[in-house]
Amino acid sequence: MNGEVDFTSPFLKKFFIKRGAMDPKNQGLENELVIKMRHIEKRFPGVLANDNVDFNLIKGEIHALLGENGAGKSTLMNILAGLYKADKGSIFVEGKRVSFNSPKDAIAAGIGMVHQHFMLVPSQTVTENILLGLNEPRFIMNLSDYDKKIVELGEKFGLPVDPKAKIWQLSVGEQQRVEILKMLYRGANVLILDEPTAVLAPVEIDILFNTLRNMVSLGKSVIFISHKLHEVQSIADRLTVLRKGKITAEGVEAAGKSRADLAKLMVGRDVIFNFEKEAHNPGKTILEVKDLHCFNDKGLKALNGVSLEVCSGEIVGLAGVAGNGQRELADALTGLRKCEQGSVVIHGDETTNKSAKTSIKKGVSHIPEDRTHVGTAPNLSVTDNVIMKSYNNKPISNGWVLNTVEAEKNARELKEAYEIVVPSIDTPVRLLSGGNLQRVILAREISAAPSLMIAMQPTRGLDVGAIEGVQRLILAQKKTGAGILLISEELEELIALSDRIYVMYEGEIMGQVTNGDIDAIGLMMTGTRMEEIQEAGVTHE
Amino acid sequence: MSEQLNAQPVRRRLIPFRIVAEPRIEDLPKWYPFVLSVGAVIVALLIGAIVLAIGGGNPWRAYAHIARASFGSIGVFSDTIVKAIPLIFVGLACSVAFRMKLWNIGAEGQFYMGAFGASAVVLLPILPATAPTWLFIITMIVAGLLMGAIYGFIPGILKARFNVNEVISTLMLNYIAVAWNNYFIFAVWTEGGFQMSKMFPQNAWLPRLTDFGSEIPFFRGLTTHFGLVIALVAVVIVWFIMYKSKWGYEIRLIGDNPKAATYAGIPIKRHMVYVMMLSGALAGLAGMSEISGVVHRLQGAISPGYGFTGIIVAWLAKLNPFAVILVSVLFGGLILAGREIQPSGVPKMIQGVILVCLIASDYLIRYKVRIIKESTVD
Repeated sequence: MNGEVDFTSPFLKKFFIKRGAMDPKNQGLENELVIKMRHIEKRFPGVLANDNVDFNLIKGEIHALLGENGAGKSTLMNILAGLYKADKGSIFVEGKRVSFNSPKDAIAAGIGMVHQHFMLVPSQTVTENILLGLNEPRFIMNLSDYDKKIVELGEKFGLPVDPKAKIWQLSVGEQQRVEILKMLYRGANVLILDEPTAVLAPVEIDILFNTLRNMVSLGKSVIFISHKLHEVQSIADRLTVLRKGKITAEGVEAAGKSRADLAKLMVGRDVIFNFEKEAHNPGKTILEVKDLHCFNDKGLKALNGVSLEVCSGEIVGLAGVAGNGQRELADALTGLRKCEQGSVVIHGDETTNKSAKTSIKKGVSHIPEDRTHVGTAPNLSVTDNVIMKSYNNKPISNGWVLNTVEAEKNARELKEAYEIVVPSIDTPVRLLSGGNLQRVILAREISAAPSLMIAMQPTRGLDVGAIEGVQRLILAQKKTGAGILLISEELEELIALSDRIYVMYEGEIMGQVTNGDIDAIGLMMTGTRMEEIQEAGVTHE
Repeated sequence: MSEQLNAQPVRRRLIPFRIVAEPRIEDLPKWYPFVLSVGAVIVALLIGAIVLAIGGGNPWRAYAHIARASFGSIGVFSDTIVKAIPLIFVGLACSVAFRMKLWNIGAEGQFYMGAFGASAVVLLPILPATAPTWLFIITMIVAGLLMGAIYGFIPGILKARFNVNEVISTLMLNYIAVAWNNYFIFAVWTEGGFQMSKMFPQNAWLPRLTDFGSEIPFFRGLTTHFGLVIALVAVVIVWFIMYKSKWGYEIRLIGDNPKAATYAGIPIKRHMVYVMMLSGALAGLAGMSEISGVVHRLQGAISPGYGFTGIIVAWLAKLNPFAVILVSVLFGGLILAGREIQPSGVPKMIQGVILVCLIASDYLIRYKVRIIKESTVD
């Protein structure tokens, strides 16, 4: 009763794992394979998400599942985790055919999935969250025994947690640990991690990778969904690549593939990683921020005297570990957050603490970090979503009348121009994939022909091909003479695109680099000021 | 842990199939919700039939009687329409507010205030008793709109300024509205001590079909009044506002995602007040049309809960202004038939079952239900 289901028990096998056909030809490999998926097909309206997909997972390996957004990797894994049902195809767990009707069935067969968005109750403790949904303890909440069990389980797999801590007190990395423990406690032998590094800081990623290595050494198997090539190369044993619902590489050794090879398999064409950057030739100042102070939603100081400038025709990067005031800065610049002190000047006019409408009228575009909760209205159509910023202007509206014909025409044009893949412009945007949703936002923000664009994490969660597309759009904006403030946690992206890079740490600007000195950026991201770096002479030049 | 997990497969063995509900992730065809609603009404009538049969009645005869009592002849259908008119107004009032996720439970109070406003035109008096009918109609419409809007403004501004929950404030304001009206019919405008005002002069009445009976004999005895025209115009205007105007777009955006609306530069708090005022104004019109179209005097108990039925109407119509007409006529018929058959009871029961079935049918919009044969898998 240590929480792990013993699958060697014939009694359990009889009920959990339904009898299925064994493939006599592959008998040899069969014993090693913990998961075998065959001819999986899943169709969503207008899209074939999985087309005759095969997938093999060997016991004790870390298997990366690579693919662009909408390539069908999450769909495939959701089928394996019992969230979706495949239209066709079969799944075998340790050689036995299974049929999952719910995640409960999947976890009973030893398959647990950690989703990108955690499913935890913030006000409850770690132990309570792990036990949630299990019928234990039976009646009396004597949680201390369970606390001990959970600590033991965590130590075994290198997942240290405080069982009495409330979820809201934990960092994102720790919350992820709780999610993984939740699955291990339920007896998962196969762990599916859906883009686990998307939410983590670099240090936390290292810790996670150590944990995963430790887990496979203890006989667990891991499926790692990702589209970050360098991560896949550093962690995965083998990898499977999906493109547009089809397999392009199945179970190949990760070691033998170069990044360019992998990118090709994912996107089907060569991806240019380095852009030909236009010369840095800034025009007049568009945005001028002086000594800006503001608080975050919890009432804590988020900005502590930020000053920066963005000129026309340049891309200014803002680096920093998430949660150092970037979001509050973006909000303050676009009129979504009140400032305590300091000033924001756009085109020579003071806009400090003016409304969001003022900033829109000033030609400021804003690509928000949170696409679903801030950037779009999920139940409204594509048509309605792309006019969010322009519905006040002709020809979309005339006086107080909305011109629906023009709005639809506008939506059709943007759908074409920005390659938004969607059955119809009337489709509610909640049905769109992440990449397409971002295209909807980009289409809206760029078509407004902004003079200043504040782009926050514009490529986060997107696949290689989509990232390139977004980056090209941003570069094109620079050419038209717009000033761009690019807030990102992807250093490579910042260095590739930006003309200069500010680094933010705990609500303050630590300094700026103009030569893409990654070491200096790294030092500033961890709280060293530019002056201190220069004094110590740590820089390369 | 294993014992509990064992329990499930054993239970599955006993039943050869399972019903599985999956959340829908695809787009639904436009006709689907409509067909579903009609289906739900049919299911509700069947359930009602079973209850009637158990009670010893003949369900088909009962239904036939209800149908005859509310839709059977032009005369009763006209009465059904009369009942439907206030429902259309309050249904619109609620759907406008609900679209922005403002839970206006105060249509009843706004109805009373609208009735008060319309009465004030005659009783204050704002217009002399000899004023022409068209002037009376226009003035009463304006007064009804205005009083309803003011009564919607109060909870609106409270919510926008002080974040007062509109469910509580609108609900409480209902009682105040009734007491307000009572004060006037008991103390100020009482006619000879009776708890009602004097009858309005004929030219302050909304014209009825029967008024043209001398020219067109077919209209003789039909009580359907001019309020129907106002209601239909209101439907078209609300539809236009919701789907063809900038304001409607803003309302829909705020209702779906307030954060996105803020991000798009829309001042949400201001819209809260505006939408509550529009909602109140529409409910006020219901009171106005009832007073000058049916009752012709200010008195107590002018509404058998129209304001609350309006909530149901708005939900059943899925906040669609045109569907509000259909649902209102259906409910108008049920109210009328209720009086015909039984003071309370069967029609109320059928109303309730229809409501439950329609709300339950929403499940099928959000989930796809499939039956899986366990035996084929096993």
